[in-house]
Amino acid sequence: MTRLSATNLKVRFGDRTVLDGITVVFDSHQVTAVVGANGAGKSTLLTALAGLRKPDGGQVHLEDADIHGLAPRVRAQRVGFLPQIPEVAWPVDARTLVGLGRTPYIGGRGLSQADDEIVARALSTTGVDAFADRNVLTLSGGERGRVLIARALAGEPEWLLADEPLTGLDPGYQLDVASLFRRMTQDGCGVIVTLHDLHMAMRMADRVLVLGEGRVLADGSPEAALSPDVLARAYGVEARFWDGNAGRVIEIVGRRA
Amino acid sequence: MKTVSRPLLIGLLLAALVLLSLASLSAGKVWIPWNAWFAAADDLRSIIVFELRLPRTVLGIIVGAALGLTGAAMQGYTRNPLADPGILGVSSMAAFGAVVTMYFGALTTLPWLLPVGAMIGAVGGIAALLALSGAASSILTFVLAGMILNTVATAGVSLALNLAPTPWAVNEIVNWLLGSLADRSVDEVRMALPFVLIGSVLVMMLARPLDALTLGETGARSLGIDLGRTRVLLALGVGISVGASVAVTGVIGFVGLVTPHLLRPLVGARPGALLLPSALAGAVIVLAADVLVRLLPSVAELKLGVAMAGVGAPFFLALLINVRRRAV
Repeated sequence: MTRLSATNLKVRFGDRTVLDGITVVFDSHQVTAVVGANGAGKSTLLTALAGLRKPDGGQVHLEDADIHGLAPRVRAQRVGFLPQIPEVAWPVDARTLVGLGRTPYIGGRGLSQADDEIVARALSTTGVDAFADRNVLTLSGGERGRVLIARALAGEPEWLLADEPLTGLDPGYQLDVASLFRRMTQDGCGVIVTLHDLHMAMRMADRVLVLGEGRVLADGSPEAALSPDVLARAYGVEARFWDGNAGRVIEIVGRRA
Repeated sequence: MKTVSRPLLIGLLLAALVLLSLASLSAGKVWIPWNAWFAAADDLRSIIVFELRLPRTVLGIIVGAALGLTGAAMQGYTRNPLADPGILGVSSMAAFGAVVTMYFGALTTLPWLLPVGAMIGAVGGIAALLALSGAASSILTFVLAGMILNTVATAGVSLALNLAPTPWAVNEIVNWLLGSLADRSVDEVRMALPFVLIGSVLVMMLARPLDALTLGETGARSLGIDLGRTRVLLALGVGISVGASVAVTGVIGFVGLVTPHLLRPLVGARPGALLLPSALAGAVIVLAADVLVRLLPSVAELKLGVAMAGVGAPFFLALLINVRRRAV
């Protein structure tokens, strides 16, 4: 079990404070969903945890090491990151794109046979091997999203930090990705995702972190963290719960008066 | 996508380069077939081949390779198929640096100042480009930054022409600015070759970072790419090789733009895999164009820079229309 932790994390954009002293410890073997209103600092927290943004205050530790003290390649081998905007600049084929996930391991050389096997496994795990040789730019948004997840898998990270990985996926593929993340935690990986869909957070996460105004509003099991009270504070909405066949359902009744 | 196997592609480009080199040694005001090259040590034809055409051929290869390579690297870094040292102002900044040394007329005593001036101009230009476009390196900010550099460099060159001490100096500067491989000697080869080699090695080290940048800057950083190091290598590598090239041949545009674009589909669009083929193909294109301007029947030889612009500008237009169509 490895630990990824933030201590009194502060990030400012100009004179706007986005993260205002966040302290949180993540354990691997868990899927943690970070939720919160637009602008609550979800993506900022994720990029800071991934070591891609130097905080204005506080630290991020991977085990006992300051994440900004790690060599970029070592950090990249241990912490995989999936950006929110699925940017692909050139018309490369899907296999090549997934192969980029091996970048932290290969230095200047090309992909070895072992690398190719890892890439092939990532392609089949995410179910994209059918279009492995197709130009990524001609794929649908959902297909491209899954290819990018395969890219992150090919890096074999200890931690996967994914910013809105379900955006643009249809309900079936959302469930597929959720169970993929679940399997990754069973293999010892820690998964942290930001989500907008509270139903999916309820459904796929072991733990939910609710952000609001740069602070942690709630942290705990989905049922505990996504209480009507917390949702009112985080989103300004009135919500109620009932138990459905596939778990608890959140109904957003309306804007809170 | 129809990709060509890498050894085949490189082999074909090398073969083309050898054939064109032979043509380049033979072609000119007098056609000298290869069996006359070694006629006799004091034969005029042998002197023409080895003292005039050989340096010219070697320079064509060096400069073409430098332009093709740096064009591919800049397109990879900016993730923009419309980028090259010419359009983004690096070549004109190199020319500005060179013109400054010409203007002060120090070249008769210190000929090394010319490439040094050009390289300082080019490295300064691309460093300014990277700084101006900043972290939000969208295509638009790069093109705008390049426009600013081109404007500044053109204004500087105009100022030097305006203040030039003698008509002769004006003539020299203008002639050089047009870009040509004519009347070069082994001195120019000595001047350019080491720097182009150093610059090219630095650029070739960028293959992995450029590949990773396919996923954007955040994506590349998450793969452990140090973008600060990438920028420094790019600025030095492109600046040194473009500066050294411009110093010996003047500004030859569009090679850096056209070459990577033609080859991209053949290498599966991977920016890192594009570097070496682009260097070879850049040499092929410049050499072919230079043989062509020598074979054209005209009173004064057409300047290579002018010829490349004549071919390159319509190509650029077609590219722009194509990009627009895709964006709609």
